[in-house]
Amino acid sequence: MLARLAAVRLREIRQVLRQVPQTSRSFSTALNYHIDTPDNNPNLPWEFTDVNKEKVKEILSHYPSNYKQSAVIPLLDLAQQQYGGWLPVSAMDAVAKVIEVAPIRVYEVATFYSMFNRSPVGKYHLLVCGTTPCMIRGSREIEDALLKHLGVKRNEVTKDGLFSVGEMECMGCCVNAPMITVADYSNGSEGYTYNYYEDVTPKRVVEIVEMLRRGEKLPPGTQNPKRIKCGPEGGNTTLHGEPKPPPCRDLDAC
Amino acid sequence: MGLGLLASRVLRFHTNRRNLLRTIVTKPELQSPEASAAAAAPDPTPDLPPRTPVAGARVHFPNPDDAIEVFVDGYPVKIPKGMTVLQACEIAGVDIPRFCYHSRLSIAGNCRMCLVEVEKSPKPVASCAMPALPGMKIKTDTPVAKKAREGVMEFLLMNHPLDCPICDQGGECDLQDQSMAFGSDRGRFTEMKRSVVDKNLGPLVKTVMTRCIQCTRCVRFATEIAGVQDLGMLGRGSGEEIGTYVEKLMTSELSGNVIDICPVGALTSKPFAFKARNWELKGTESIDVTDAVGSNIRIDSRGPEVMRILPRLNEDINEEWISDKTRFFYDGLKRQRLNDPMIRGADGRFKAVSWRDALAVAAEVLHQVKPEEIVGVVGKLCDAESMMVLKDFLNRMGSNNVWCEGNGPSPNADLRSGYIMNTSISGLEKVDVFLLVGTQPRIEAAMVNARIRKTVRATNAKVGYIGPPTDFNYDCEHIGTGPQALVEIAEGRHPFFSTILNAKNPAIIVGAGIFERMDKDAIFSTVETIAKKGNVVRPDWNGLNVLLLNAAQAAALDLGLVPESSNSIESAKFVYLMGADDVNLDKLPKDAFMVYQGHHGDRGVYHANVILPAAAFTEKEGTYVNTEGCAQQTLPAVPTVGDARDDWKIIRALSEVAGVRLPYDTIGAVQSRIRNVAPNLLSVDEREPATFGASLKPECTQSISSTPFKAAIENFYMTDCITRASKIMAQCSAVLLKK
Ligand code: SF4
Ligand code: FES
Ligand code: FES
Repeated sequence: MLARLAAVRLREIRQVLRQVPQTSRSFSTALNYHIDTPDNNPNLPWEFTDVNKEKVKEILSHYPSNYKQSAVIPLLDLAQQQYGGWLPVSAMDAVAKVIEVAPIRVYEVATFYSMFNRSPVGKYHLLVCGTTPCMIRGSREIEDALLKHLGVKRNEVTKDGLFSVGEMECMGCCVNAPMITVADYSNGSEGYTYNYYEDVTPKRVVEIVEMLRRGEKLPPGTQNPKRIKCGPEGGNTTLHGEPKPPPCRDLDAC
Repeated sequence: MGLGLLASRVLRFHTNRRNLLRTIVTKPELQSPEASAAAAAPDPTPDLPPRTPVAGARVHFPNPDDAIEVFVDGYPVKIPKGMTVLQACEIAGVDIPRFCYHSRLSIAGNCRMCLVEVEKSPKPVASCAMPALPGMKIKTDTPVAKKAREGVMEFLLMNHPLDCPICDQGGECDLQDQSMAFGSDRGRFTEMKRSVVDKNLGPLVKTVMTRCIQCTRCVRFATEIAGVQDLGMLGRGSGEEIGTYVEKLMTSELSGNVIDICPVGALTSKPFAFKARNWELKGTESIDVTDAVGSNIRIDSRGPEVMRILPRLNEDINEEWISDKTRFFYDGLKRQRLNDPMIRGADGRFKAVSWRDALAVAAEVLHQVKPEEIVGVVGKLCDAESMMVLKDFLNRMGSNNVWCEGNGPSPNADLRSGYIMNTSISGLEKVDVFLLVGTQPRIEAAMVNARIRKTVRATNAKVGYIGPPTDFNYDCEHIGTGPQALVEIAEGRHPFFSTILNAKNPAIIVGAGIFERMDKDAIFSTVETIAKKGNVVRPDWNGLNVLLLNAAQAAALDLGLVPESSNSIESAKFVYLMGADDVNLDKLPKDAFMVYQGHHGDRGVYHANVILPAAAFTEKEGTYVNTEGCAQQTLPAVPTVGDARDDWKIIRALSEVAGVRLPYDTIGAVQSRIRNVAPNLLSVDEREPATFGASLKPECTQSISSTPFKAAIENFYMTDCITRASKIMAQCSAVLLKK
């Protein structure tokens, strides 16, 4: 009898323990502090290329000269494109020098936005949207398929340096969920593209990866041949004709 | 079997009950705020008890027309335009809970603890960031406001570790206090708490970043007040953390203040870590003596030990900050102390003796030398009382060679305006052009520098600097390194002269390091020429300042501690050092007899023949005059160590042994003597403006040498015998001054 009592109690305890969700949280961003490594430390020289120096001037000209710091995001973006998709500390320092602020002010911005990579990424950085609509439509499977196909973990670069997979929050394509983004750093800041591939399936993303590997250009947008842009599958269901205009109001009457 | 079933049922029932209890139950009226608000609607004419502003908050109306009226809990208050809702509440006597708001920092509005209800606003508003508008009806005590605070508190505590028992902030933690006052009695958070890697900010500030609530006060302090842009807010969302990103120490002379402003235990004092609980400490309101600013401090002691030093609010001097030296040098008070009177024997070793013997030896030698051969030097940390007594004593012995170290060989004590900061420290905020001559305020007087920085930040005041290259934490034009640049300005050849000319309230700050120069009179007269031409001294404005280096300097000059001849030390036979460690004794004859009276075995005792142990500033009552001529008093916080005595008492006893009894038996008697000499020393906390201007000075015939100005202080962290004995200061100079 006592044994039974103990068994029941144990079961209860187990139940209680199982209920507690022990999920460790996953952050989409990397560490929020910098660790010196041979390929990423403040002593490495870093400069904008001559072409980009012109672009820097152009970007700065958008802002009043006493608000140079407003240019921080475009400049970081430019630096990231130039450096193959990521920002070493010395690049952030270089940006800080251009906009004449303390480096920490640039670090703050760079750590805030997950689109700024502070560790190396592949030539093609694949970003899987993980926000709710995409997640419901299977973004987890997509990520798994990518990781399995490439044989890497999240935020890791493949051995050949071509691919890396990251996670992003909603990129505004929920209507075509699930989606991935391909940031293409293979051609420096000139040929840089940032394309959305929507309505992907685990099979399709693998195909996309292989096409990229072969250097093929594939049209961005929905990957579902039956959809046109974000229209519904199989053609429009509403708005077949011109919508009825609102009844005219006699503006003078009011 | 039946029993077992029953028992398990009872158990299950029990668990169920506990689950039920886990819902948050606050006061019933919080469940439906609107209804209860309606029920508790105050009658239109409440009879209001008079309220007093929180912490003596004062209202200053820059322009009476700009006054607006708002209602705080129905109570009308008049406030100037532009004040925030939170400030209005403060004036109405309602303390609003807050974390991120700090009156001396910019407004961040990111903690949301200060939510109050404002009539006609759909949501509770963050009072710290909301400007008060005329006729606003602010409600701080409604169910909505309470519920809002409770909710914010719950969110803040979500990721806050429950480590109060091992947290040094415990007992003086804003989060602790406010969660007691405004928080709920339980939380609903069952997930994992976040943890953050601790940062290394140097030897002074200990970080436990998991405790941080992201109020960004420390970031704003570092950027706005300390002027070191090292700290930042990195990451976002729940991954957000305070840090420097790259490994970097906080190299600011004000870094210790982040310990005070951090509302939680994320930034605490490293030297004080796990030493004491704040409720065990006895606070004594005193004055800092490590520089000439005279920052107001509170000495927290436990028994005979000084445990820590905190700033005390004084708007006119240090606001609510103190420098790191002031805050952390206290461990020097426990090292290298002189405990017993000692006499150097024939073998060159010191032997502890009784007071009677020590005094007898000193008195005997004193009678063997000629009066002109007696010299007294007062150290940087001496109070006015002991200086007065020493001067009187040596005068009675027939010598008038007594001076204070740092005042140079021939100080000019006749014109008070010639050695104090006439503008006053708070007056520096009105200045629009600064000319710093041979002074590096950041090192010499960190609080004055903070004031200059504040002015520069607020009004874009221009700063010109003449002296050796040095660090400034504000924009500054380096005009030159030597007096030549000064002459150029005086003759109007330098463009900075026209800057001074066009300024409304120009200020010239001359460093006290110049006192040691041979051509000091010439430099001062050049400065006066600039002052005259540049209209720096006017009836309504005196912008001609001297920034002193040491706590004792101003009082010494006020008391007229001026040596009769500037090279008396060369012929001295008897030297009385009262805490003087930095006086240059190279020229002293080898056979001179030296008495060292002081509290630390520092440079001064190396050559001493007799050591008389005295009390340090934490152990005695004494008057100090700061660089703006404001007299302030220290109070004894801890007992003296060993057989040490107050300085003035030692000299009084020595005078008796020497047969020239001084007529003071109490410190009151010494003070009435001071009243005859320099009455301003007794009006504590008041600034007596210098009565006569510098124009009365005789013409100076010296010529200016071209030697560039020297830095008056080499090492910010080690300037006197206490700081030199301090381990923390040694660490700081090793780690932070590394170039
Ligand atoms: S460390 Fe302290 S002062 Fe700085 S943000 Fe965190 S809680 Fe605020
Ligand atoms: S949720 Fe994936 S794009 Fe919006
Ligand atoms: S004090 Fe107002 S939001 Fe923090």
